[in-house]
Amino acid sequence: MMRVEVLFFGKLVDIAGASLVLNNVTSTDELLEQLRLQYPPLAAEKFIMAVDKKTISINTSLTDNCTVALLPPFSGG
Amino acid sequence: MNNDQLYERYQRQLILQGFGAEAQQKLLSASILVIGAGGLGCPLLQYLVAAGLGSIGIVDDDVVSLSNLHRQVLYNVQMIGRPKTDCAVEVLRQLNPQVKFTVYNERLTNKNAATILSAFDVVVDGSDNFATRYLVNDACLLLNKPLVYGAISQYEGQVAVFNVQQNSERSANYRDLFPHPPKEGEVLNCAEAGVLGVLPGIIGSMMANETIKLVTGTGTVLANKLFTYNTLNNQTYELELSKRSETMSLIPATIDALQQTDYEWLCSTASLVNEIDATVFNELIAEGKTAIVDVREKDEQPVVTEFSHIQISLSQLQQHASWLTEDTIIVFCQTGKRSAAAAKQLTELFSSSKKIYSLKGGIQQWMQQQKQTV
Repeated sequence: MMRVEVLFFGKLVDIAGASLVLNNVTSTDELLEQLRLQYPPLAAEKFIMAVDKKTISINTSLTDNCTVALLPPFSGG
Repeated sequence: MNNDQLYERYQRQLILQGFGAEAQQKLLSASILVIGAGGLGCPLLQYLVAAGLGSIGIVDDDVVSLSNLHRQVLYNVQMIGRPKTDCAVEVLRQLNPQVKFTVYNERLTNKNAATILSAFDVVVDGSDNFATRYLVNDACLLLNKPLVYGAISQYEGQVAVFNVQQNSERSANYRDLFPHPPKEGEVLNCAEAGVLGVLPGIIGSMMANETIKLVTGTGTVLANKLFTYNTLNNQTYELELSKRSETMSLIPATIDALQQTDYEWLCSTASLVNEIDATVFNELIAEGKTAIVDVREKDEQPVVTEFSHIQISLSQLQQHASWLTEDTIIVFCQTGKRSAAAAKQLTELFSSSKKIYSLKGGIQQWMQQQKQTV
């Protein structure tokens, strides 16, 4: 069984909490699909994803025990 | 100031192993541009000036207000209403009279950015909006300037150093991280979401630290990295940034093209939105045939009890638009930014079948005006 930890940052924490664990997701696209089903407001949010602390720009396959982070942009100063 | 006094002023960093006179000399010969003299800008400026930077430019078009003082620690109550740039320099000159200051009491725009940025070695961005952040990033790329970046939201902060020459390559930049600017209202700003005063103090100090390291070549800077810090649980998270192949295609090709790029428009809701002021708003409330929608998140302050309304947060609006059966809809939020985005969404959704208005200046301004008229 695949175990993937998901970390949320910024405003996304208000939607999904600080972190959660998903099982049996094999790619970042799949992970996004599951998260949006579970947390519909996520669909309206802008964020980037990082897999094991490396930012990604295309669908990326996930491995057992990997960590996916979702980061929204901040503009405050 | 003679050499003895200089030695005394910087003694603690001159005796620091790995720093010393050579690094101090690099600071004295460096010029830094600080964009924004707000929450991040205040600690940044204090530490850069104290450390003995040779020349510092400050860009800000804002004036000091009472609500700034919990985090913008250079200012005091006597300064309310005065330009931040003037007040900052007044305080900073007393801290270190040797620093040469250049003040730009104006907004950084696509027209003046290249001229202002050209005069400095390093750019430090402590601005408070996406239009400026993308403009600064793109200008730094075109002018080959390293950019020290910091941004905050609620309890979290981000720090990075963009566009640093390393070997024969430039490190990742803001658009490698977030390629496209979000529209106004998609992301909360400080005025909308609130911020604890210490957070910009921490993040601004980290930016000052990165700037000093960058200028002196001490240690390792956050190039190709994004550092995040959460004040609630003290957790830090450091990401490795990868360059995106499409980034360069998103940046204006030349300074001329940059001057033609409307960053305010890229990050805003443009003119589709009908904004109304408090007077029109009150008239429409009195008519009573209008749906009034609070598009803020649940539990945001202040709670509105003065008129009846429903709450559908901006993120839920598309989903629940069918609840809005009235022909006229007014949306409001804290400052009028998210409601403008909401009005735009609703206008696109209902096209001309409904009249959609956004309360200009938000509920904050409305409440202030009610107080004044009572």
